[in-house]
Parts: sequence; C-alpha cells; structure tokens
Amino acid sequence: MNFAVSLALGFISIVLINNFVFTKFLGSCPYLGVSGRLDMAFGMGMAVTFVTTLAGAMTWLIDHLFLNGTPLEVTRYVCYILVIAGAVQLVEMYLRKFFPSLYEAFGIFLPLITTNCVILGLCIFLNLWQIDNFLMAVVLSFGAGMGFTMAICIMAGIRENLAMADIPECLQGAPITLITAGLLTLAFMGFAGMIK
Amino acid sequence: MTENQMTAWKAFRGGLWDEIPVLRLMLGLCPTMAVTTSVKGGLTMGLSVVFVLICSNVVVSMMRNLLKPHLRIMMFTLTIAAFVTIADMYLKAFQPVMSEKLGAYIPLIIVNCIIICRSEACAAKNGIWVSAVDGLAMGLGFTIVLCFLASIREILSTGCITFSETAVWTVLNPVDKGGWFTPWAAMAMPVGAFITLGLTLGAVNQLTKKKA
Repeated sequence: MNFAVSLALGFISIVLINNFVFTKFLGSCPYLGVSGRLDMAFGMGMAVTFVTTLAGAMTWLIDHLFLNGTPLEVTRYVCYILVIAGAVQLVEMYLRKFFPSLYEAFGIFLPLITTNCVILGLCIFLNLWQIDNFLMAVVLSFGAGMGFTMAICIMAGIRENLAMADIPECLQGAPITLITAGLLTLAFMGFAGMIK
Repeated sequence: MTENQMTAWKAFRGGLWDEIPVLRLMLGLCPTMAVTTSVKGGLTMGLSVVFVLICSNVVVSMMRNLLKPHLRIMMFTLTIAAFVTIADMYLKAFQPVMSEKLGAYIPLIIVNCIIICRSEACAAKNGIWVSAVDGLAMGLGFTIVLCFLASIREILSTGCITFSETAVWTVLNPVDKGGWFTPWAAMAMPVGAFITLGLTLGAVNQLTKKKA
C-alpha cells in the first residue's frame, strides 16, 4: 500500500511539480516547433510518451543488469542514445503503417524525437536520482511523457487563439511563444512545494 | 586553395553572426535556458559545446564518404555521444563543482540540436578544415549568446556576476549589502529564462528587420 502511494506521488510530482518542460527546460525545440496545432501537438505528445516509457524502462534495465559497477559505465551515454534511436525507429515504422496521415504531418520532427531532450534527459535523471525500483522507473518515464504532452497541448491551445491576436511584428512566432511559456511556468510554480 | 579559404571564412562569419545558433537557427534552446542562471555556468557549457562541436565535425567530415544515408543520423549521434562522454569525464575530474551544478545538462549536449544540425548541414558535405572552422565559429557563437543571456539574468537576479568566492563583479548594488537594488528573484527561475530569451529574440528580429 505504501509503495502504491509513493508511485502515485512520484507520478504527480513528475507531471505537475517537476514538469520537464516547465522546470527543466527539456524538450523546448519540439515544444516551439510542433505546438502550432492541437491535434499535431497531441500526436507528438503521445509519440514522445511512448518512446520515453520504452526508453526509460530499457535504459533502467541496461543500467542495472550490465553497466552499474563495471568499467562499462563509461559507455552509458552511448548505450542510452542507441536504445532511444531504436525505439524511435520502432515508432516511425508503426506510424507509417497505421497512421500515414499523421506520419506525413510530422515530417522531419519524427526522426528528431531521437534528439528530443525529454527522452535522454529522463534516462539521465533516472540515473541521477538513483531510482532503484523498476516499477518506479516505468511510472516516472510514463509521467515525464504525460507531462510533456500536457505542456505541449496547453501551449497549442493558447497558440491557436494567439493567431488571432495583434502582436508586435518583431515578437511574432517564437518570441511570443517563449514569453507565453514563461507565464505558464509561473502558473506551474504554484504546484511547487505541494509534495517533497 | 583560395576558394577553400573563402568558404572557411564564410563558415566562420556564419557561425558568429549570420546564422548565430540560438538566435537565428532557434536550435539548442534547452541548455540555453537551463544553464544561464550564472555566467560561469554559461561559459563552462559553451566551452564544452565548442570542444564537442569541433571534434564531432572533424570526425563526421572524415567519415562522410563512408556513410550510408539511412544510418547517418545514428553515426552522428554515436560520434557526438563519445565526445560528450570525454567532456563530461574531464569536467568531473577537474571542475567537480561546476560539473555538479550543471548536472544532467552536460550529458544532454548529446541531444543539442546545434551539433547534429552542423554535422548534417556542414560536416557531412565539406572538408575537414572547413568543418573544424565551422565547429569553432558555431561553438563560439553559442558561447557568446549563453554569456549574454546569463549576464542579463545573473545581474538582475543577484546584482552581481560571481566567478568565484573572491572574484565578484558588482554591477547593481543589492539591498542586503547596503545598496539600493532589490534582487529580482524571478530572473533566476524558469520564468526569467523564457522571458529573457523571448525578448532577446524579439529585439534581434527588430534589429535585423531595420537593416534589411
């Protein structure tokens, strides 16, 4: 029972309090690039969630089965990036087969998930935080992906309305998105100190 | 030979202004926002990126004729990961405090879009010399942007720029040292990062629009 509670707390904390986009700035590039339309943002978020969950679980296993405490530790980052690239390839193949329209819409951003910092960032943070339980690692990975999805969907919703607003010419596009994101982080800081 | 030097010069100028990484290409935003709470952090990050960028550009340029198209991104990332591991271990050994502070963001250089973008756009098409110059210029451009943003944020959030315990450069005299400036705590938080970068981008857009 206690363990279930700590899992739930971990999930809430990584989605709301330690949200990767708002507090760790990870995944800013797709956050600005793909947040133009709500449906694409949601698709992107789902793809990232899938890859983070897979990559988080696999890198945790690799860490604990092969790398920890052996001289092979120096190859950690190389291993991580290989696992992530493989997982992204899997998602790419799946989307091309079953959701061709979504596949077309993503274009270059899909292979770029490989270099999405949320995923590698999560793998590295799992290592830094010394998560020693497999289930916890999976829950945190899933939570990080959900946090990213939530952030990018909120942003896409705002940007769809922002398109109608009268913005000074020099601030159009990325600058105003960044400023909006800044205000959003202020709102999310309200969650800080809720747990842990 | 002259043509080769021309392109090298073009690459150099491109990195420092025409295509200056963060502000023009909109790449590498995550580390930009994360490490710019202090100038020293920004500088360390920038120099690590210079090192990784030069090395990976040279290696990618050397193997550019051997690459199969569908495997190239994979090879790029693996090359970069190897050099980032070196940089990370160097910092852990010789700059332990800084390494602790930057934490996960040093290994995250691997997925810094600037580096993979330069491998793809420059090193995979050009010779070793041009690629090395391009790496140096892009890295320096990135470092300059980081230091610029970091100095704005550090001055507004603490009133001074701190390099070490003894080397503190006070710009605005803060209240707790008997001055007049109330430190602006929000600038050290994520809000400050997003808004400083957004306004800087806006200012750059405005400047370049007038010139054109």
